[in-house]
Amino acid sequence: MKEYETVIGLEVHVELATKTKIFCGCSTAFGAAPNTQTCPVCTGMPGSLPVLNKQVLEYAIAVGLAANCDITRYSKFDRKNYFYPDNPQNYQISQLYLPICRNGGVEIETEDGGTKIIGIHEIHMEEDAGKLIHDDWEDCSLVDFNRSGVPLIEIVSEPDMRSAKEVIAYLEKLRLIIQYLGASDCKLQEGSMRADVNLSVRPVGEKGFGTRTEMKNLNSFKAISRAIEGEAERQIDLIESGEKVIQETRRWDDAKGESYAMRSKEDAQDYRYFPDPDLAPVVVSDEMLADIRARQPEFRNEKMKRYKEEFDIPDYDIEIITGSKHMADLFEAAAAICRQPKKVSNWLMVETMRLMKEKEVEAEDLRFSPENLAKLIMLTDSKAINSTVAKEVFEVMFDANVDPEQYVEEKGLKTVNDEGALRRTVEEVIAANPQSVADYHNGKEKAIGFLVGQTMKAMKGKADPASVNRILKELL
Amino acid sequence: MSIMDMTAVELSAAIKSGATTAVEAAQIMLDQIEKQDAVYNCYVTVDREGALKQAEEVQARIESGECSGPLAGVPAAIKDNMCIEGMLTTCSSKILSNFVPAYTAEAVLNLKKAGAVILGKANMDEFAMGSTTETSAYGVTRNPWDTDRVPGGSSGGCAAAVAADECFYALGSDTGGSIRQPASYCGTVGMKPTYGTVSRYGLIAYGSSLDQIGPLTKDVTDCAAGLQTIASHDVKDSTSIERGDTDFMSALIDDVRGMRIGIPRDYFGEGLDEEVKEAVLRAAKELEQRGAAVEEFDLSLTEYAIPTYYTIAAAEASSNLERFDGIKYGYRAGDYSGLHNMYKKTRSEGFGEEVKRRIMLGSFVLSSGYYDAYYLKALRVKALIKKAFDDAFSKYDVILGPVAPTTAPRLGSSLADPIKMYLGDIYTIAVNLAGLPAISLPCGADRNGLPIGLQLIGDCFQEKKLIQTAYTYEKIRGAFPSAGKKEVE
Amino acid sequence: MANIISDETIEYVGILAKLELSDEQKEQAKQDMGNMLDYIDRLNELDTTGVEPMSHVFPVQNVFREDVVSNGDTREQLLSNAPAQKDGMFMVPKTFE
Repeated sequence: MKEYETVIGLEVHVELATKTKIFCGCSTAFGAAPNTQTCPVCTGMPGSLPVLNKQVLEYAIAVGLAANCDITRYSKFDRKNYFYPDNPQNYQISQLYLPICRNGGVEIETEDGGTKIIGIHEIHMEEDAGKLIHDDWEDCSLVDFNRSGVPLIEIVSEPDMRSAKEVIAYLEKLRLIIQYLGASDCKLQEGSMRADVNLSVRPVGEKGFGTRTEMKNLNSFKAISRAIEGEAERQIDLIESGEKVIQETRRWDDAKGESYAMRSKEDAQDYRYFPDPDLAPVVVSDEMLADIRARQPEFRNEKMKRYKEEFDIPDYDIEIITGSKHMADLFEAAAAICRQPKKVSNWLMVETMRLMKEKEVEAEDLRFSPENLAKLIMLTDSKAINSTVAKEVFEVMFDANVDPEQYVEEKGLKTVNDEGALRRTVEEVIAANPQSVADYHNGKEKAIGFLVGQTMKAMKGKADPASVNRILKELL
Repeated sequence: MSIMDMTAVELSAAIKSGATTAVEAAQIMLDQIEKQDAVYNCYVTVDREGALKQAEEVQARIESGECSGPLAGVPAAIKDNMCIEGMLTTCSSKILSNFVPAYTAEAVLNLKKAGAVILGKANMDEFAMGSTTETSAYGVTRNPWDTDRVPGGSSGGCAAAVAADECFYALGSDTGGSIRQPASYCGTVGMKPTYGTVSRYGLIAYGSSLDQIGPLTKDVTDCAAGLQTIASHDVKDSTSIERGDTDFMSALIDDVRGMRIGIPRDYFGEGLDEEVKEAVLRAAKELEQRGAAVEEFDLSLTEYAIPTYYTIAAAEASSNLERFDGIKYGYRAGDYSGLHNMYKKTRSEGFGEEVKRRIMLGSFVLSSGYYDAYYLKALRVKALIKKAFDDAFSKYDVILGPVAPTTAPRLGSSLADPIKMYLGDIYTIAVNLAGLPAISLPCGADRNGLPIGLQLIGDCFQEKKLIQTAYTYEKIRGAFPSAGKKEVE
Repeated sequence: MANIISDETIEYVGILAKLELSDEQKEQAKQDMGNMLDYIDRLNELDTTGVEPMSHVFPVQNVFREDVVSNGDTREQLLSNAPAQKDGMFMVPKTFE
């Protein structure tokens, strides 16, 4: 069998984090009852007209700049015409002829440790469709237009990727850029980031491209990897058995681990794009561009560089922390409050990572505030609580962002600093454990550890272990 | 003077002076409708109760001094492609036979704020596609001057209602002549403003880049008052233009000295009825005698405006009318199997022939492989047409010509040959392509007593020059009888 | 007639436009569209080399809204015209994906 190379390009849809929809003043908030966030515009009522949300344009340009794109100075919206119940006008307002950004690229790390540029063909703005719910009882579908008109940018890459790993690296890179910009939370599971995979195969060494297919419905990095591997295999099998790959759109069924063609004879795939006469052209002035450029945040590379200069924390920590915009924000804010960057970093790297793994929480979804983390660090610094208690408190904070000061107070977790009470407890422990006392006197230094443990237990953990140790040694 | 003989502005003055009331005026109109509309069929919907209730409210607002505009208290008709909250809005189509919008078109809101009393919704060609009002799913409208003839279209119901004294003025829409041509056929004044002057929000789109709402009225004064009332910058319409010069009544000046009027030779060639030609040229002569500088010139490209228009309008319409799918509102076929069959049956049963013809043409010219050859070609020719007008307006203030090649044709004589019908739009259509303002006003009658329309075209934002010229001509011409009287010179 | 519209073309346009025509209507549509395209073909008499397609007549540009929520819940109004509805949603024939 010949050796084949997989050629992959991505179409990534990202839901922008605007308060309102792209062409009307309806809220984009999640979780509302069906059709309660709609108006004549986003439900295709006759006579309604779209007006562009300025924030959508600004986010699109910001992403374009961060992805090294040329910004189109004279841009327009086009109508993409197709009938489907989730598409209320039966045309989607998108951009085909003059998309807002073109000719960019982002750098990814390759498997061999090198780097590679993945080209970005274009980024355009468009509106999302509504949601279809299948009702088995009535044997029909139900349409909810709450998501209809939610702003999207579609980032179209060049066919520059050669493996699932590169695809994931590219997606992670895009996600990080967009999260740093605050333009979207980019959650694949929730659909705020969606990737369609265009894939073809060709014998290694060949210059031309094979026939490609487009794969939809990929809801996780895992699904993307599996779909890529599955589709490459399917295409190679076809070619090897002398059949032809058909250019088509396929839907991935992750549960079954296979895809199927989404074709119907009523689906002509002829979208009859033409400029939308209801929307004015967008002209990006030098001022607008300079303004957006000036507001660009510090991206990861710059941040890593600054951290190395500013903070005495390991490079590995810096890499992990800056790998999430939310975590970097947490770090910086907490460090600024408690002035203990190293300790903040420790909390993030050890306890936070442990709990994220245990509870399957993404870095972007961490709930505790930097203020509370800083308070916790200050509580331990002042020996108001010991490290065991601190870990317990942190776990509660991790789940519910409680105020550690208040929590410690309410639950009575403060270290007992009453020398007299501590001394009485130690005396009781000594009296109750003659054997250990004897061992200690016979030179078994370790026996003191047991006695400290017993004292801590008697104090319900609320003692400072160093003080316990000191008093024990004194009394023994 | 009886109330019915008053113009809209005169009526409003009479209401304000206490000589009559908004309620009385509305009642007289409703009686007229009751008496005649079974014959003329100007209205798809008459809102009797609502009109009287509005009239009472407006009367109170007038009396309290809160409402003092030139049209306060005057009953009006609205073309049935403008949404009005709570009122059936059909576009004269079966597919919207039961659609009751929850919002009101911005132009209608402006009218209401100014104290208009809305009598109901006027008949039209289905989705404004047609030149005769014969493509309405709710029956043809008859021309009040001769009930065997069409009122023109697509705002035929509006023009006929004004002519038949079933309202004092009406709001129509003009995509390729749909206000001016029926105004001409029915002996009324009609104006298509500069694109962007009146908000399109709530106007059910036919050709979005061409559609514009405008007034149909008894005279030029009412026309200026109507336009002044509905013009506004609307943040809900991205194509709405902010302009500070919408005090159109200030242009009601009886003087054309120094006005440069160009007469395009292209508008007086083959196909133009002799009587129409004579009447229009006579009007030009009269304006010249009053001091206007009148000159013939070659506009060029006139014959290409029609294919350009039908390509662009059909393309936009094919997309604009996709939303009528039987899911969210309007008609849904009763018997279907599956989603796509539901779409097809609903739309095939819901749309009439002319609408389907244009949807199919529009879908074709946008389809893969034909977009460049047809659609982009048409947009390029549109640019040339715009340029031809720009050149003309560097020399003239006003372009003067006929509105339509003939007076109103007989019912049933137009639809059989679509292209021949489209040719009737030759003098009106380029105006929409170039986004220009134009006014139509009566300038005589033919041997059958049918009104002949005079068209004045202005450069963008130059409505005032049109109003001034039209007003001056109207003074020269003298009163034009209403259809009810049929006392044509 | 220079433009002969085939059965396939009419069928295809019917799929695009979601219109179902009887055989008789199809014949008529073929004729009408052919005539219209012949007529439109007259535009080819004009040399438009170098002419930019003009989609917007006016130099209106950059019409924006601020990102501020201005609409509330109007579901009842929205659904008041629905041919079929259930649970606050529009009911449509089953969609297959």
